[in-house]
Amino acid sequence: MSLWLTLAVNSIALGGLLFLLSAGFSLIFGLMRIPNLMHGSFFMLGAYLGVTFLDKGVTFWLAALLSGVAMALIGSLIERFLLKRLSGQELPQVLLTLGFSFIIADLCLMIWTGDPWQPATPAELRGALQVAGLFFPIYRLAIVAVAVVVAIALWLLVDWTRLGAKIRAGVDDPPIARMVGIPVSRLFTLVFALGAGLAAFGGVVGAPYLSVYPGMDAEMLPLALIVVILGGTGSLVGAFVGSFIIGFLFNFGQAMFPDLAYVILFLPMVLVLVLRPQGLFGKVVS
Amino acid sequence: MTALAINALCKSFGGLRVTSNVNLSVEPGERRLIIGPNGAGKTTLFNLITGELSPDSGSIELFGNDITKVASRKRTHLGMARTYQIITLFARETILHNVSLALLGLSPLRWSFFGNLDRQHHIVESAREALAHVGLEGIAARPLAQTSYGERRRVEIAMALAQKPKLLLLDEPFAGLSIDERRDVQQLLKRIPRDVSIVMIEHNMDVALDFAEKVTLLHFGEVIVEGTRSDVVNDPRTKEVYLGH
Amino acid sequence: MSGRAPRLAAIGVAIVLLLTLPAWVANSYYVNVASQILLWAVAALALNVLVGYGGLVSLGHAALFGTAGYTAALLLQAGHGHFVADFAAIGFTLLVSAIFAILSLRSTGITFLMITLALGQILWGIAYRWASLTQGDNGVNVTTRPHLFGISLATADAFYYAVLAAFALAVISMAIFVNSPFGASLRGTRDQPRRMNALGYNVWLIRFLAFLFSGFWTGVAGLLFVYYNQFISPQIMALQTSAEILLMVISGGTATLLGPIAGAAIVVIMKNVASAYIERWNLVLGVIFVLIISFMPDGLIPGTTRIWRYGWQALRARIASARSVRRAGAS
Repeated sequence: MSLWLTLAVNSIALGGLLFLLSAGFSLIFGLMRIPNLMHGSFFMLGAYLGVTFLDKGVTFWLAALLSGVAMALIGSLIERFLLKRLSGQELPQVLLTLGFSFIIADLCLMIWTGDPWQPATPAELRGALQVAGLFFPIYRLAIVAVAVVVAIALWLLVDWTRLGAKIRAGVDDPPIARMVGIPVSRLFTLVFALGAGLAAFGGVVGAPYLSVYPGMDAEMLPLALIVVILGGTGSLVGAFVGSFIIGFLFNFGQAMFPDLAYVILFLPMVLVLVLRPQGLFGKVVS
Repeated sequence: MTALAINALCKSFGGLRVTSNVNLSVEPGERRLIIGPNGAGKTTLFNLITGELSPDSGSIELFGNDITKVASRKRTHLGMARTYQIITLFARETILHNVSLALLGLSPLRWSFFGNLDRQHHIVESAREALAHVGLEGIAARPLAQTSYGERRRVEIAMALAQKPKLLLLDEPFAGLSIDERRDVQQLLKRIPRDVSIVMIEHNMDVALDFAEKVTLLHFGEVIVEGTRSDVVNDPRTKEVYLGH
Repeated sequence: MSGRAPRLAAIGVAIVLLLTLPAWVANSYYVNVASQILLWAVAALALNVLVGYGGLVSLGHAALFGTAGYTAALLLQAGHGHFVADFAAIGFTLLVSAIFAILSLRSTGITFLMITLALGQILWGIAYRWASLTQGDNGVNVTTRPHLFGISLATADAFYYAVLAAFALAVISMAIFVNSPFGASLRGTRDQPRRMNALGYNVWLIRFLAFLFSGFWTGVAGLLFVYYNQFISPQIMALQTSAEILLMVISGGTATLLGPIAGAAIVVIMKNVASAYIERWNLVLGVIFVLIISFMPDGLIPGTTRIWRYGWQALRARIASARSVRRAGAS
């Protein structure tokens, strides 16, 4: 019984982290029409940066925020000076992000070596909650809480602000959006930076739970891809729901069918792409 | 037997009715013109006829055969050819190769893994013939990227004619042409023999009316008026449709 | 016709050089590098059938490459002979290619890319996790290479000639394919799929057959690989490998047959050279990728010929203007 409960708690924790990872990926895919193949790298590099900040004595949440800001800056530079040069050519842009994922993976290996890093859980969130004889690790619940807070903040941004309205217009119909004067090009930079920052923030938040290790980017990227394909590109609701579905699928799948772990994950993705390309909640991928 | 018979054809996108209970019949050898303001559903109707879109209800008959459920590429094999509003030719190839591709589409040779298309004599000769009909045989070896817009329009018509269609659908063949180019295309169309039935969509009234024997006016996906040139031109409903814009 | 003669001469020279390679390359290490270049060139040519001629970019081809290698390796380990193992490997790879094609050809462009990526990941995941079947991370050893016409392929030189023969067959078959009417149809579907459909072509079937052709030669390359390496591990089916093959294709240029061959040479040499001096092959791969996509999207071959021609023209212009200045000064 407690194995299933542990799996369940781990699943929602993973779901929360996947949301932080996938929300940005979904916005980038919805607005810029490209699957950002360096998104896993943003998560990993952000986690490494966070670990370094923590090492220098920065408090946990500040480290997470700083890492997010740093990655947002890096993301905006990459978008502004490299992706924008290929404006309108989506396939080369995707390949560019692929190339960058290799660069970042190796840079991380060079700078932080191959040993995994696991920062300590923030002091106030250590230990477990005891409810009805069952133990719930507090930090994992905290991850979910953070994800929910970020989800609400994003929802407010996208649905209630003018900026959000512009982003939604850009996702729905780029040429019309341009015609009514929305600076779609600048939005691209903003959304790419936002996505990078969110991923990095998620990487740091997840570090005490998942630790940080080489190859993490190659593991997280496919999960983000699956979440967004399942939930629908450009849809935050889809990313939210999808993240938790995949969190459960991943953990329970690994436990019950270890041999077929990746099949269980990718098969639904293939099925969705083939049968219902717009996912559960999203717009049609052109 | 009619060349083309459309019965009660309907098509909607979401809540929008783009083709509304259209009945149309074209006689063999006829020159039919379909007109209507922007958004009247003319190109949609063409897409339904060629099979690129499938209708919600109604039927389409080609020389008596019900082709409503036939795949679009098969309709080409049944004798239907079409040109497009926006020119979509093979820019990386020569004019001759473009027309050869049109001929290859109907030939079993297209599945051949051996040999070279540009050395298939019967295809190349037929392609040259088709280019001669549109007056472009002199520049057959020129890459398409180095041709003018007017020349490309004529290449497109050559490709359609090369397939020896029984029904030719022309979607705004005069669009974007200069006065001289328009005259050339007009002459070209006049020379097409009567074993080809032609249906044309056109905006430009001067050239189009000259071509047409019978005219169908579409508006919001519905047939408003149909008849000879003078019938349609003088009908009060025509004025309403156009002046209402 | 002035372009023809020099080109045929160059091909002739290349053939002679390739045939006599073990003679003028003393070190068997470099003969092995040559074998690697040739087998990866086959994989790159195969991918280019889809990318360059079909307009379909796949990030899952490493899975087809690895499927052939794994099938052969596992069958050999189970005690089967080389002929059975190789035949089954190619056959099974064709089957998997067909499944890939049926699932991915429902779309084009980026969706096609993502489906092939996902399918590749599924197969990689099976190789990696289904350890009872594939021995997982430990990989599979291949103890012996086959005998061809009674000659053992155990030595570097002998194996080189076997790879060269396969490479020659691949190039000839590719040349016949791209020049054929079917090849013309495939290129047509790359440029104007809607028009091709209107002209009477079965666009899906054309792409499907092209996918099978591509899968076949990718499988052959995978087979050559597993015999070359005498070992295979899940790494070979990872996204990174698919990206490397794609890099070979786009760095050399997709428009010609020479492009992928040159690209394979570039990537293999860099990988072997880079790994001698720099440990960080991924970094180099990534930087090359980014540079080529950003600045030479046609690939290195067309890119450098353009720079070469541009440089040559600029030089001639400079000479011409210098001459005219001198003439003006003299009068």
